[in-house]
Amino acid sequence: MSTKNVMVFLEQHKKKIANVSIELICEANRLAATLGGEVEAILIGNGIKEEMSIPAHYGCKKIFYAEDKRLSHFTSIPYAKIIADIIREQKPQIVLFGATTMGRDVAPRVASELKCGLTADCTELKIGDHTIKDKEFKNILLQIRPAFGGNIIATIVSPESFPSMATVRPGVMKLEEANTKLKAQIVPFTHKLKDSDFMTEILEVIDEAKAVNLQAAQIIVSAGMGASDTSALALVKDLAKTLGGEVGSSRPVVDSGVLIKDHQVGQTGVTVRPNLYIACGISGQIQHRAGMAESKRIIAINKDPEAPIFSIAHYGIVGDVNDVIPKMIKAFKAKA
Amino acid sequence: MSLKIIVTVKQVPDTHNVTGDAMKPDGTVNRAALPAIFNPEDLNALEEAISLKNRVGGTVTAITMGPPNAANVLKECLYRGADDCVLISDRKFAGADTLATSYALKCAVEKIGKFDVIFSGRQAIDGDTAQVGPQLAEKLGINQLSNVKQVLDVNKKSITVKRSTEYGHEKIKSNFPVLITVTSEANEPRTPSAKRVMAYKNIQTESSSGGYSESYLTVTDGGTIAAIKEWNVEFINADPIQCGLSGSPTKVKNVQNVVLTTQNMKEISSSVEGITALMNELMDEHIIG
Repeated sequence: MSTKNVMVFLEQHKKKIANVSIELICEANRLAATLGGEVEAILIGNGIKEEMSIPAHYGCKKIFYAEDKRLSHFTSIPYAKIIADIIREQKPQIVLFGATTMGRDVAPRVASELKCGLTADCTELKIGDHTIKDKEFKNILLQIRPAFGGNIIATIVSPESFPSMATVRPGVMKLEEANTKLKAQIVPFTHKLKDSDFMTEILEVIDEAKAVNLQAAQIIVSAGMGASDTSALALVKDLAKTLGGEVGSSRPVVDSGVLIKDHQVGQTGVTVRPNLYIACGISGQIQHRAGMAESKRIIAINKDPEAPIFSIAHYGIVGDVNDVIPKMIKAFKAKA
Repeated sequence: MSLKIIVTVKQVPDTHNVTGDAMKPDGTVNRAALPAIFNPEDLNALEEAISLKNRVGGTVTAITMGPPNAANVLKECLYRGADDCVLISDRKFAGADTLATSYALKCAVEKIGKFDVIFSGRQAIDGDTAQVGPQLAEKLGINQLSNVKQVLDVNKKSITVKRSTEYGHEKIKSNFPVLITVTSEANEPRTPSAKRVMAYKNIQTESSSGGYSESYLTVTDGGTIAAIKEWNVEFINADPIQCGLSGSPTKVKNVQNVVLTTQNMKEISSSVEGITALMNELMDEHIIG
């Protein structure tokens, strides 16, 4: 049997803990409160002690820390083996990973080793019950995610699996206020890795600045297929520049090669919650809405009055972006 | 140098082109109404496999799990240059989640025998989970290099690739055997060769009940195979309990048609007055400006 604890894999790159890991600590707190368990974490790396106060400030009670020079940068097998060993020892009920390239690489490997359930890219996590025939499972993790290209929302359970594991994309879970008085217990973990487990040789790690940083933007003007031709896209960029925002886009616009992937908002792109999101010519399929529905204000501009984007918009403008955007720019410049 | 290359492919419903008919009135997925396509990133994996073979020599075996008509994606592999194909198909595989899928693939790969590298698409568009590649690697006890956008160097013993991450990229190297998951950035997949389409358009599947011939080991470039191999649970020595629904720890509790949460949307006229009023309101509230 497992404990009622919720564990988070803390992702680090060059000794900095990823924001998504802290968001997951906040979500783990919410889940652990319902279960009556505690929030614990796993950190793997080298010389990152100072950083551990950050998850502590957000409510993590215990951090299992595996330290080794050879672990300073992520590689699949060593990280997966350590995580699996800590889970076997500590028996958390739930383990959460960021749905990042690292989380999506290591979590399936851990799930395969532990033969446990893993649900990718959850947009919501809850505690609830599930019945299979006459067997009732109380207080298990309900993992909610868009499936089938976002056309349906599925609730996934792994009732007979210990632990239940899930990945969550950056920006999906809400960050709570930090409490700098909180502290976590650091538990050093001695790994049992052999030299032969280090199968990947890292030749080079190059950091590249992103063309756009949508997650930090307070205003995002996004182009959909209804604004992907040269003139409309120029207007979208112009509006973003005028308002001091960044340019986002839907997946089809990126797939068609008009904008690079850094701009993509949605389930397979970035999840954002800016103060203002202006959806230009975006129909608003669920996979796009999943990435921006939490924006504080949403303006939707679309020719089709039936477009699903209007269902989550605060302001809806039925019209052509080529007509509407110039009016917006003009009105803003007239007053600003 | 001669590399034994395996590529895993999947036939998927075309979720990017779903029409209103994709959902039945009861909110369940109407799979029948969706065109089945070659999972896009698996085409990139196939392309990487074939170009590696063309670069250093070797054989490419494509493998898929699915119902009998999933053989169509294997034909597409043959059209593009795969040397051999295996369809693993059995009712006992039905309802498999990623864990049960990777278990079945592992059994099939072990049946194929020795290999140097497995290429898989990073993820399939019906689930977008990106789990089967790493899980297959774990089950085979081999290393994995995921999210790879470029193969840089290859020699008899090892392969060096460029892997994209949120932070930038990594240049990493692994000895064989290794599993590599490939992204759409890696290449532009080739189109079928007319000659190969002619050679393989009528190829049939041949069930394993007839016995396994070691013929794939003898296929060389330019040679042709007579049939797509079809293997069942028993043939790949898989434990039926670990296959399909019974081998899947994750269960679907429920599926909902996407319900739109209607807000109190304010309709703004597209007239100059309407838009000016909206922009003024946003400026007054310090949302913009």
